[in-house]
Amino acid sequence: MLCVKPYGMLCKIFVVPFYEMWDLPDIFVQTLWEGLVGGTLYSLIALGFVLVFKASGVFNFAQGIMVVFAALSLVGLHSLGVPAFLALILAAGIMFVLAYSVERVVLRPLVNQPDIILFMATFGLTYFLIGLGELIFGGDPKVMITKQLYIPTGALSFDFGGGRVELQKLDITAMVVASIMVAGLAVFFSKTRIGRALRAVADSHKAALSVGISLNQIWVIVWFAAGLVALVTGIMWGARSEVSFALEIIALKALPVLILGGFTSIPGAIVGGLIIGIGEKVGEIYWGPLLGGGIESWLAYMIALAFLLFRPQGLFGEKIIERV
Amino acid sequence: MLYREAGQFKTNYRDDMAVFPILQDRIGILIILIIAFAVVPFVGNNFLLHAIMIPFLVFALATIGLNILTGYTGLLSLGTGGFMGVGAYACYKLTTTFPDVNVLVWVICSGFFSAAIGVVFGLPSLRIKGFYLAVATLASQFFLQWCFIRIPWLVNYNLSNAIEVPRRSLFGIPVTGPEATPQTRYFVVLTIVVLMTWIASNLVRGRIGRMWMAVRDMDIAAELMGVRLLNTKLLAFAVSSFYCGVAGALLVFLYYGSAEATAFSINQSFAVLSMVIVGGLGSLLGSFLGAALIFTLPILLPHFMAGLGLPIQSATAEHISFMIVGALIIFFLIVEPHGLARLWQIAKQKLRVWPYPY
Repeated sequence: MLCVKPYGMLCKIFVVPFYEMWDLPDIFVQTLWEGLVGGTLYSLIALGFVLVFKASGVFNFAQGIMVVFAALSLVGLHSLGVPAFLALILAAGIMFVLAYSVERVVLRPLVNQPDIILFMATFGLTYFLIGLGELIFGGDPKVMITKQLYIPTGALSFDFGGGRVELQKLDITAMVVASIMVAGLAVFFSKTRIGRALRAVADSHKAALSVGISLNQIWVIVWFAAGLVALVTGIMWGARSEVSFALEIIALKALPVLILGGFTSIPGAIVGGLIIGIGEKVGEIYWGPLLGGGIESWLAYMIALAFLLFRPQGLFGEKIIERV
Repeated sequence: MLYREAGQFKTNYRDDMAVFPILQDRIGILIILIIAFAVVPFVGNNFLLHAIMIPFLVFALATIGLNILTGYTGLLSLGTGGFMGVGAYACYKLTTTFPDVNVLVWVICSGFFSAAIGVVFGLPSLRIKGFYLAVATLASQFFLQWCFIRIPWLVNYNLSNAIEVPRRSLFGIPVTGPEATPQTRYFVVLTIVVLMTWIASNLVRGRIGRMWMAVRDMDIAAELMGVRLLNTKLLAFAVSSFYCGVAGALLVFLYYGSAEATAFSINQSFAVLSMVIVGGLGSLLGSFLGAALIFTLPILLPHFMAGLGLPIQSATAEHISFMIVGALIIFFLIVEPHGLARLWQIAKQKLRVWPYPY
């Protein structure tokens, strides 16, 4: 329309998308909102990664499958006739058992091994949990028990800039729950005795050991915390779409989030998640059609990759200093 | 008793640097090759050849490729599936554009395309390493898979949006397409895999391999010793992607017969990575053992369980083999971080002193 011939492509990349944003603000706001919600969920998964990485230095590849596993346990228990809230508590219990066995079976024998070995151990854990989950619950997608958990559904819509913007109540709930959880974790980390011990372990394993903090206990606690975060993520994500093993692949998007935010920073995970979520939605809607669509599947990784070249330690990460 | 090197003296440097310095090893490898070339194709039935041996060899080749990158150079990659896909699509494009050229030439050539793509995605490895690099390779995996789906030019705009392997023959014998017998395919795959393994074994124990291992053990120290990180890391990416690309081309042309983009999904990358871990990081023998174990487990498990009197369905078998693979990975990391290959070495050590260990 306003692109003249010799600058056609440049104009389509640099002018038209912004013109569209300005021209149809309701669609732009809707896109931002969708991105924000997607980003919240990425943040939640990244949060689980960060918790474990901070306390034990383990890059927990299994966080994605833990989300699926937690959600499946909840739905599976409910389908056996267990009341919804009891099932919630039992699912949390399952995550505790998982955390305890991971510490006992995987982490304890592998203490002091190189990072890459620990990463591969969680890779093995991922395989194990995929097999176990499919064996127990079956591979077909399940519907999250949204109504039984009193999660509001439906949409709020209001007029904006000559159009309508729809906000799903589910998404609002997800954001509120996520904020509460992050605030709760922040209080837990800064005010409680266990939280202080967790931070001590994150700073230095040896120093923490020497003042009498039990590493094994701390590891069970952080893996359990990561499991609880996974459960909440699973409920929210499951309510938005469905509970299936495909979530595990989507959960890999938490990795670019971590790169953006830094592996050890909780605020980083949140901010990184929101940037990635909004970035990929806006990119998909406004620049996607130029490339034939579907760029959502890799845009997050490319954003992270471009970011890495300029700031390898992430937005909030500690500077990596290596000694020979 | 049989396996002992006593009396086998090395009198020059050539002997000392041989791949198999012990006579029994040379005999052993010869026997394996003879069995592979002369016994298996004539004794084995079509199921064994087509459903087990061919994919096993192809996956072993891909595992060698990833092992060069992850095991020898210490660069973690989750993009193997994508690089295999590049090889397959390149081979398809080449053989449909130039149908008169021998398809095997294109299978090898497709490796070069894959290597070029690998170098491009390996560039970030200069600035980042470890998990950060793993994420960078994930970017390549998802980006390449998106390309396979979204660029119809890659499959010559055919309606199924999949690679449909055309008929090609070698010296008048059909090699690809439906007419090719499993025997022919097996011979082709076996020859390529044996040759490329031989090349790899010479690469990793020569100057290049030592550079890779120096970078793996400590890149800063290697740099101080005069190893150029840029060249070494990119070379590792190139060689690794070359192997993966050829494996991908073989996988589609001689095993699947037709393939969509999902054949090169991230699950393929994970499968190859698990083969590397279980087989043993930094070992060519381990690549074969890992590929054999991980690939045959879901096929053999139902037969094994049926033999125990516990017949299970194939879906269940798949789930159980997933669990077993996961448990095996953890088990090996805890007990024997060098994988199956290390177990074999321990067995050899035991054999040497058997039956009088003192």
